[in-house]
Amino acid sequence: MNTTSEMRMGAADRRRYNLFWFSSPQTFFPLAGRLAPWFAIAAAVLCVAALYVGFLKAPTDAQQGESYRIIFIHVPAAWMSMFLYVIVAFWSAIGLIFNTRLSGMMANAVAPTGAMFTFVALWTGALWGKPTWGAWWVWDARLTSELILLFLYFGYMALHAAIEDPRRADKAAGILAMVGVVNVPIIYFSVKWWNTLHQGASVSLTRAPTMAATMLIGMLLMALGFWMYSIATTLWRARCIVLERERNSDWVADYVRDQR
Amino acid sequence: MNGMLQTLGVVVYRDLLLAFRRRSDLANTVLFFVLVVSMFPFGVGPEPNLLRAVAPGVLWVAALLASMLALSRMFAGDHADGTLEQMVMSSVPLSVVVFGKVTAHWLVTGVPLVILAPVLALQFDVPTSAYGTLMLSLVLGTPVLSLIGGIGAALTLGVRGSGVLTALLVLPLYVPVLILGAGAVDGAAAGLDVTAHLLLMGALLVFAMVFSLWPVAAALRVALE
Repeated sequence: MNTTSEMRMGAADRRRYNLFWFSSPQTFFPLAGRLAPWFAIAAAVLCVAALYVGFLKAPTDAQQGESYRIIFIHVPAAWMSMFLYVIVAFWSAIGLIFNTRLSGMMANAVAPTGAMFTFVALWTGALWGKPTWGAWWVWDARLTSELILLFLYFGYMALHAAIEDPRRADKAAGILAMVGVVNVPIIYFSVKWWNTLHQGASVSLTRAPTMAATMLIGMLLMALGFWMYSIATTLWRARCIVLERERNSDWVADYVRDQR
Repeated sequence: MNGMLQTLGVVVYRDLLLAFRRRSDLANTVLFFVLVVSMFPFGVGPEPNLLRAVAPGVLWVAALLASMLALSRMFAGDHADGTLEQMVMSSVPLSVVVFGKVTAHWLVTGVPLVILAPVLALQFDVPTSAYGTLMLSLVLGTPVLSLIGGIGAALTLGVRGSGVLTALLVLPLYVPVLILGAGAVDGAAAGLDVTAHLLLMGALLVFAMVFSLWPVAAALRVALE
């Protein structure tokens, strides 16, 4: 809580409901610190519940036996990898449109988590593919486009790291993220557009799911748990980025002094 | 409209003039293409069936790499002597200038590749039925490579270690063109109908022409601020 440093705003601003109150690093920092532990707890609870459902409650698959259970990690991780890339592109767009510092910091905070989930999706997919398809990897449309997504994440992080001025780095990497977002629909629709080895969509927003209810519940719980985890790590990572970038400001000096 | 076309012509003419004053740069791209394509038989062995099978992919990857290596030339020269700032600050839409530069880049790197590819395909004993498709796929694909590569070149302008970084940024975006182009040549060599591949490449070209100029212009403004 940064009650030690005064925020110099007029009384009128404070009373009026301001949608952009938390869009400055100084106000966002304590909010993130307060919220992140709750998301982390929610993530832990949901992930444990999902693993319980997945390993102990869900029935054995008729065709694949027990090896299908990796779906409870593979599919939510893949969903998160695509969703988080769209989030990176979203915050980059906001940063470029409104010229805000914090949006670029948020995009930077989300990217490593997204890259991690992409890697997990690819890795668990390979582990699943070996017993079921007989191959660790095939070059079908969905796997190839997910691999390209991983490269796009790496490209985003590499470009940002290569440019010294953080604001310029945010903008350049943001442009790259927005150019790459065209890949996400390709991944999503690849199983519909091409004849692929990867299984088609069993879960849809419009039709009833074609899998057992327990399996679906397990997957959704895990997806929610991963989402809470992503928010928690993003908020913590964003706090670190805010401290680094705003290190020359008074409120950071006060905060660091109070921590000692 | 007339003003924009005139600007386009001026930019293309200027870039071509500058490129022809340093003819070694043109030769380097072409020589790189020839060398890389010739490396593969050394690597995979001279067995004719194997070479015939890998030829479309090898030719396309080598063309892609050759086009990519020349990307730094698109903006670096003008950025170094301040001309790029003048272009950005002028009243002409930056997209027009970018389109001119991309066109010049394609004329200097893409067109020689298109002309040279059938000659190199001879080395791999590619069936003659595929030569037309090879040239057509390169004609449709190399402009897309120049357009998308322009995004990478603009984003890494003035950045340390930009050569490898440009490759890292641009290669994932090149993959659709590569898959379609190599697939087209592969299909044509096998005697199949590849109209679908070529039509999709045409669509990619139009898509790239419409949607890639704005990111390049935005990246140039970011690099110059």
